[in-house]
Amino acid sequence: MQRRDVFKLGAAAAATALPSFAIAQPAQNRVLKMVPQANLTSLDPIWTTANITRNYGYMVFDTLYGMDAQFQPQPQMAAGHSSDDGGRSVTITLRPGLKFHDGEPVRAQDVVPSLQRWMKRSPFGQKLATVTDDIQMVDDMRIRFRLKKPFPLLFHALAQVSNGPAFIMPERLAKTDPFQQVREAIGSGPFRFRANEFNSGSLAVFERFADYVPVPTGTPSLTAGPKIAHFDRVEWHIIVDAATAAAAIQTGEIDWYEQPPPEVQLLLRRNRQVVIEAIDPLPLTGILRFNHLNGPFNNKALRQALLPAINQQDFMQASVGTDPSLYTTGVGMFTPGTPLANDAGLAPLMGPRSIDRARALMRDAGYTNQTMRLIGPTDILVPAALTQVGADLVRRLGFNADIVLSDWGTTVQRRTSREPVERGGWSMLFTSFSSFDFADPAAHFPLRGNGANAWFGWPEIPKLEEARDAWFDAPDLATQQALARDMQTVAMDELPYIPLGSYKSMTALRANLSGRVAGLALYWGIRRS
Amino acid sequence: MFAYIVRRVLATIPVMAFVALFVFSLLYIAPGDPAAVIAGDQATPDDVERIRASLGLDRPFLIRFGEWVWRILQGDLGVSIFTNLPVSTMIQQRIEPTMSLMILTLILAVSVAIPMGVVAAWKQGTAIDRTVMGFAVLGFSVPVFVVGYVLAYIFALELDWVPVQGYTPIKQGFWPWFRNLILPSIALGTVYIALIARITRATMLEVLQQDYIRTARAKGAGQRNILFLHALKNAAVPIVTVIGIGIALLIGGAVVTESVFAIPGLGRLTVDAILRRDYPVIQGVVLLFSFVYVLVNLLIDLLYTILDPRIRY
Repeated sequence: MQRRDVFKLGAAAAATALPSFAIAQPAQNRVLKMVPQANLTSLDPIWTTANITRNYGYMVFDTLYGMDAQFQPQPQMAAGHSSDDGGRSVTITLRPGLKFHDGEPVRAQDVVPSLQRWMKRSPFGQKLATVTDDIQMVDDMRIRFRLKKPFPLLFHALAQVSNGPAFIMPERLAKTDPFQQVREAIGSGPFRFRANEFNSGSLAVFERFADYVPVPTGTPSLTAGPKIAHFDRVEWHIIVDAATAAAAIQTGEIDWYEQPPPEVQLLLRRNRQVVIEAIDPLPLTGILRFNHLNGPFNNKALRQALLPAINQQDFMQASVGTDPSLYTTGVGMFTPGTPLANDAGLAPLMGPRSIDRARALMRDAGYTNQTMRLIGPTDILVPAALTQVGADLVRRLGFNADIVLSDWGTTVQRRTSREPVERGGWSMLFTSFSSFDFADPAAHFPLRGNGANAWFGWPEIPKLEEARDAWFDAPDLATQQALARDMQTVAMDELPYIPLGSYKSMTALRANLSGRVAGLALYWGIRRS
Repeated sequence: MFAYIVRRVLATIPVMAFVALFVFSLLYIAPGDPAAVIAGDQATPDDVERIRASLGLDRPFLIRFGEWVWRILQGDLGVSIFTNLPVSTMIQQRIEPTMSLMILTLILAVSVAIPMGVVAAWKQGTAIDRTVMGFAVLGFSVPVFVVGYVLAYIFALELDWVPVQGYTPIKQGFWPWFRNLILPSIALGTVYIALIARITRATMLEVLQQDYIRTARAKGAGQRNILFLHALKNAAVPIVTVIGIGIALLIGGAVVTESVFAIPGLGRLTVDAILRRDYPVIQGVVLLFSFVYVLVNLLIDLLYTILDPRIRY
């Protein structure tokens, strides 16, 4: 064989390979490859509140009601409902033809234990449980809530977007102890989970569920409306390194990078094949949380002393960069752009900022150089940035500060400590919450004032709890808004936490993708043009 | 010889037992709580406690350690706290990419570094020697991830010759498998090449001064024969020793390389498990790495007898 024969052979091999590549291309177009915000570890969205598992949940499972972008619940698996007994009896009817991924029909027998399990774990579900006598199966297609009193937010609870949505599972899975994980990924959502291809930390694969029956009318809006999948297969490629993920979307190896960090966004904006947009039109909110159990911040005057020094712009620019379109300042207790957002009590956060004024207030509050401990993560982007700015601030204010930075796993353990600082406790931490978390009091944990049962920091503020309880019973939006103003006024006085501004989470997609449903990483509606 | 092998294999048992105790104790006293990670931001302290109890993390150290050892003796590495998958399954999923990366890196490093070291020794003091040693210094000085990023930028992003990231199992074809591993193995191999090239050069310089080399030259043996047959064989023991020690370097480097090139290997699995405090996975993987390291050392010891007939056990 001569050298030219080798070349001929190579050319022939290449020629035979080309047609197969051309045939394969359309199939590739039916595959969406994306880099999700985190690694998928747990497959039970009731057991854990991890956002990545919630996003997985919206692919694999479905909810009785979905939430539209105006935060109004809409029937999803439900065909509709009727109320009797002055609102104390609510009957929900399932849409016909719904099936689980194992081929079994969705029945009321599946819905009842699913909701019962959810009500043991989801905070909104737990609230619903306090007003529920029982949930009955009327027949295969109907369930009935028997309530102690009318609960105007019943459908909001069932349509809750985050913090453990009320996903419906087959009866055998729904009967699992809520503190144990389910052992199968069988739902009735628009995508089927390919368990045999799952490699946690590397790859999660979903395929379109051919028997899924979308809502027949309307348009997709957040988690409501018809969930029509345009991709046969969705692959989550776990790429932990931001530079590698950025390179992969630029070369077209992946189509969607869910949460590129700010410095990577700058790089990707230069590429015309990549589009950067807000994944959710509503922003997330950063907070400074005080520990109310122990000194020095069990002193209300000392908490208030920090307000003149808080510059929300500093915190936001450290988190998302200097582009003012990416963040909002003058932010209160509720997500900007949502119906309950208001400006009550925010005056101390407005106007010129002054370290000197804060120091004077610290002295007036009786601060005498007691040790305070600031804890925070180094490995979660925005909380790490907030923590760094906060650490700098407490040093400039002259606190005797012990700054303890660690990985997230350590921070979440340390924050559970109720001990005083000298016995390993903490005084202050920084973190951020999604738009859904702060949209209303139902899921707004840092705004609770229920002492020992409150979120880490354990503030005891009875007025906040009274206003919250009243909000659940509010008959209309105007009353809810008035109560939200009251809550914010109380909160800005008592300071369970200080809001540090809101910022948008940006996502990067190949320019040939369109139809993405805003709000979360959702996989219906999106298609390749 | 056989008795020696048996003795060495038996000696691995206390080593592994010590590693097991050390890893378990370290994780027990280290901060972090998987229950808090699972429960999420909105969990109440009561929720966290209930999850901790359901995972058995509230039980005393000795009971947990005893149960873990008992399961290991039965060949059961336990179940991941987060994925609910057996640790052995997770290791099986991840072992091929890591082994592929390490073997390819080893082949690359040995086949490049030994000739480099031999030539550098042969041409001692020349420009070639200085170039090789300059590369060795550079290889030691530049971190693996920097080499990785530079390679990915040039050859994947700019030239589009190879993929930026990912791994293709070898059962899907040699070329796709190899294509994904070219850049990672070069990145990981750089420091290893530098190490082996340096030790090869140093050992060869020593051997080339020996009387039997002079005798070989006097007998009229060719340069290639002298270098690779007479000298290299006699210089092999220290080189093989360094290659063996370097396996630990490879394991450490694989963690970084797998992150940079998004290779789903054991290194990434370990890091992810540590960050989440997935104790059974951490324990399983560390035990495996320790076992591999002990085994490699045993093989190196046995290899000495082949390379140097004077060595007998």
